[in-house]
Amino acid sequence: MQATESATGTPYEHLVQRERVHGSLYTDEQIFAEELARIWYTTWVFVGHLSEVPQPNDYVRKNIGPQEVIMTRDRDGDIHLLLNRCAHRGSIICAEPRGNSSAFRCPYHGWTFRNTGKLLGYPFRQGYERTGPGLDLAEVPRVRSYQGFVFASLSPTGRSLEQHLGPAAAAELDRLAGLSPEGELILDCGWVTHQFGANWKLLFENDADGYHPQFAHQSIFSASHSPIGDLYTDRSPVVARDIGNGHSLRDMRPVYRSAHPLSWAAATESKLPDYVASMRARYGDEADQVLTDGPPNIMIFPNLAIMDIHISAFQPVAPNLSLQHVTAVQFKGAPDLNLRQLQQTVASVGPAGMFLADDAEMHERVQRGLAARQPEWVDVRRGLNREHTDDQGFTVSTVTDETGIRAFWREYLQLMTTGEMSAA
Amino acid sequence: MSTLADETQLSLRDVERFLYTEARLADEHDYDGWESLWTQDAVYWVPANGEGGDPAREMSVIYDNRSRIATRIRQLKTGRRYAQTPPSRTRRLLSNIEMQTDARRFGAEPVPASDVEVQANFLIVESRSAGMNFLAGRATYHLRPAAGEIRMSFKKVVLINNDRPLPTMSFLI
Repeated sequence: MQATESATGTPYEHLVQRERVHGSLYTDEQIFAEELARIWYTTWVFVGHLSEVPQPNDYVRKNIGPQEVIMTRDRDGDIHLLLNRCAHRGSIICAEPRGNSSAFRCPYHGWTFRNTGKLLGYPFRQGYERTGPGLDLAEVPRVRSYQGFVFASLSPTGRSLEQHLGPAAAAELDRLAGLSPEGELILDCGWVTHQFGANWKLLFENDADGYHPQFAHQSIFSASHSPIGDLYTDRSPVVARDIGNGHSLRDMRPVYRSAHPLSWAAATESKLPDYVASMRARYGDEADQVLTDGPPNIMIFPNLAIMDIHISAFQPVAPNLSLQHVTAVQFKGAPDLNLRQLQQTVASVGPAGMFLADDAEMHERVQRGLAARQPEWVDVRRGLNREHTDDQGFTVSTVTDETGIRAFWREYLQLMTTGEMSAA
Repeated sequence: MSTLADETQLSLRDVERFLYTEARLADEHDYDGWESLWTQDAVYWVPANGEGGDPAREMSVIYDNRSRIATRIRQLKTGRRYAQTPPSRTRRLLSNIEMQTDARRFGAEPVPASDVEVQANFLIVESRSAGMNFLAGRATYHLRPAAGEIRMSFKKVVLINNDRPLPTMSFLI
């Protein structure tokens, strides 16, 4: 075996190159299984948001890849991610999508577990030794949140969430939360789940790709007379930035800063007077800058996309099947802005979304196209000829360049070959 | 469109004719014909995660006012709505059609005095290049007799699986 090969012999160093990636990465069952083990069950994965379980004993069902987890808030307010599998005979233990309960009782044999995972009771105790079976629900070993975004790592060791995000991504999450007059994001509109007949990496790459909108979304730009399309041309001042660890940013601020405050919301102060008043109360003289800069457009490896007004989470199901969970960004203390963000999100995303339905169509066409085995490679070189390093040391380029896609693949290769997360 | 015998009282037969027309126009991608069925105060709603709570606080699959319906139709008519290029082939069956009576209302949404509330079960079979989809549920309509014709001011489409993963549905549902 060559040193560059993985433990199973899949030659990732050959399959993931700087200018191109191999088509089999999107179709191969073995590679998919290895991705689950080395990425989804190892690195930090976005799971949900604290605002989805606001009260003690609230719970909501979530996923880490194909595995089901229950996100619970215990009576002391601590967050747990429990694998949704009875420790006795393996049945899912929670069948409700969400609720409030201090315990979960498996209907199969009546075993009951606290929402911390601890086994509370089991019928007919005489069938076990006096010490009991000693079986608790499995708990995700590392659960951390940042600005309410809950991330999980199924690996008990490895770099911290802070190291995974890095200061640049963390700063963008801060910027997002800062658009709340109370400094707090809430994701309480529920999620729409859109099923794609495509590999999960196509979903991530697409949201990191500023090249496709002018073409794939031409119909909605023209039907809605939207100026957004102009942001995705070679003349756009928007910057694509690789911020490390697989994350990337489309920095829209050069555009927003040449316009009026709230241009990112397609609004003006007169349309959102309550929101602007609350923001002025919080920020004083700095309010105009905050309201001008707006929210981030950021990809967080491997499954979180914050696209200005909405949030997408990707979930792999099979090599050719993925789920995209979408919801609107809502801010505590901003009801007028929230309504606007929800309405725009619903129009744009999901199975009938005026954007996302076409994205899904493109991904499914790619997946079908990749059944053809030639030319074998998928090209990711766009912009390599003009990328440069900014004053923070990040690789940046024009918005239509594949800088964010390459950022993804670099982290991917690191995880798939070494099984260790790259240095922050 | 059929003419009403009575300007104010819709019969079940009137309602059926309207619903079948609406279904056929949607199935056959007669976008202008379908759009012309709507009133100016239209709401076209496909809730997510159940029967539909407050659309101003919860995610929906579709929540269009009249202006957004027009945008949706304009997008379809560009010929570059790629999720509908080529268009899905669909046929839908409606059954269990029930009309509001003085004693019985169906939905939680207020029904204007000018409108009649109607519900029907539906089964839509869709064939597209990605495969076949079967979409089933119950729809609520608010129908408004006007100038001898019927217009639709409200259509809410509750899919039975709207709390689960949904495939792309970019045709007129």
